Amino acid sequence: MSLRTSRPARAGQYLALLCYLVFLAFPFLWLISTAFKPAPELGSLHPTWIPDSPTLENFRQAFDEQPLLRAAGNSLTVALSAALIAVVIATPMAYVMARQRGRLATAATGWVVVSQAFPFVLVIIPLFLVLKNLHLINSLFGLIMVYVVWSLPFALWMLVGYVRAVPAELEEAAAVDGAGRLRTLVSVTAPLLAPGIVATAMFAFITAWNEFFFALVLLKSPEKQTLPVILTHFLGAEGVADLGPLAAAAFLATIPSLAIFAIIQRRITGGMLAGAVKT
Amino acid sequence: MTLATAKTRSGTSRNGRRGRGGPEGGPPREKVIDRGAWFLVLPALIPILVLSVGPLLYGITLAFTDAQSGRTEPTEWIGTLNFQDLYHDTLFWESFRIGLLWAVGVTVPQFVLALGLALLLNQRLRFRWLARALAIIPWAMPEVVVGIMWRLVYNADAGILNETIRDLGLGDGRDWLTGLATALPAVIVVGIWAGMPQTTVALLAGLQNTPDELHEAAALDGAGAWRRFRTVTWPALKPVALAITALNFIWNFNSFALVYVLTSGGPGGRTRLPMLFAYEEAFRYGQFGYAAAMGCVMVAVISVLLAFYLVGRLKAEEEK
Repeated sequence: MSLRTSRPARAGQYLALLCYLVFLAFPFLWLISTAFKPAPELGSLHPTWIPDSPTLENFRQAFDEQPLLRAAGNSLTVALSAALIAVVIATPMAYVMARQRGRLATAATGWVVVSQAFPFVLVIIPLFLVLKNLHLINSLFGLIMVYVVWSLPFALWMLVGYVRAVPAELEEAAAVDGAGRLRTLVSVTAPLLAPGIVATAMFAFITAWNEFFFALVLLKSPEKQTLPVILTHFLGAEGVADLGPLAAAAFLATIPSLAIFAIIQRRITGGMLAGAVKT
Repeated sequence: MTLATAKTRSGTSRNGRRGRGGPEGGPPREKVIDRGAWFLVLPALIPILVLSVGPLLYGITLAFTDAQSGRTEPTEWIGTLNFQDLYHDTLFWESFRIGLLWAVGVTVPQFVLALGLALLLNQRLRFRWLARALAIIPWAMPEVVVGIMWRLVYNADAGILNETIRDLGLGDGRDWLTGLATALPAVIVVGIWAGMPQTTVALLAGLQNTPDELHEAAALDGAGAWRRFRTVTWPALKPVALAITALNFIWNFNSFALVYVLTSGGPGGRTRLPMLFAYEEAFRYGQFGYAAAMGCVMVAVISVLLAFYLVGRLKAEEEK
């Protein structure tokens, strides 16, 4: 597609790309800059991009002010469990959706689409009441199950694409060779799906790690709250909280998501492509 | 095992199975799945029914009751009373108006900007890999962190935005998030920023489906960049564009965390999106039934708007 792009046009493209990258990157750079600034510099009327005397003091203070470690532990528990459960139950379902044309598969696909349009507000109140009846309010397990269901649409969407990429003929061949159904799934299909399943699990992990609304409503006691909810405590009532610790904590909370995203970035684009092309 | 042998073997399996399969016959692969399908689907189906489909239906019925939190007496059916109240609730409709402004104000520029970025990333530019990786950073960040980050940017004294304005000699800057006039535009910019990656990735996926040969043919015929875009790229991209703008509109209208962190709906309700309004109604004032009614109205209005949008687009398509 790069045929006959003139030099000035090329230069213009690079300039435009640069503008995009500046727009997309500068808030994050500012967050990092703020996180490493000592208090006097934060109070100065002429903030600079690079701190004059960078410090780790904000991080220490952040851990003092809020129970960040415990919150991170909660977030980790919730996100890991949700991701694991999500792929364990979504993979067989995605398999059926990909391989079978029936009412069940149609209904499941319909739910995947409709659930994207779910207004949370219409779900959260009844969900709150349902979980209350199950005694799962203010419980990490309750939140985990909510996250599982909440990450299923995208997980199914990705996994269906990956299953379709595995030729059905391979499974039939295994069946001819005498492998039972379960055996076929476990030793033929699953290994081929593994990279896709891992990517899906990572995506579900990030979704749960980042989620705020359900955690805000469903977790009441501070010792159960997840990282995003604890982060909002830094803002205080007036929202004029210490900028340094706030930035430091926010920066730390982002690292796991960013790291995982860096690993699966290609697969997510690929997964979306697969789903989009083949359905 | 090579694919070729797999194929021939599958042929024999088909014949072999059919003999045993009984009178209905049919492709054996689907039959095999049919038997085990429920077993495979059930683990996912139960949570979906209990925590997604069930609550949705329950939520709709709640709208017709006087359900409140922490009440001892049983809730009662009150028919459409909630909806009648809602009809006269000017605060809610003001919030609804703000929600629509926000959703359109975010979705449209987001689409235009993301389309530009996707077109650039689809070019064979150097550092494209780096640009692609950087471009999806906002996607990976927790919404709460995005909100906090932009509060630091918008901060009246220590924020980089006002500092830049002062450096450029454009005045003293202002308190963006608490100003009555600037709060909504300021949060809209954050909304655009936060949703750029998803939109860009979707459009990029669409772009990569447009056949290269068509571009080359059009270029050989002397079509300029703009004409190539109009005649080759856009028609192929249209379905993706339609889907992603519709989805973005829904997602944006339902968004909560960003604005909750940035302004909590202030100043003076200028950024109180319907989601924030309903959240306060339900979990601060405990009016479950009334808040559920708000949810129903939101869904209904959004569905109608989307139906008009999609039908309108498809019609315009046919007329061409």
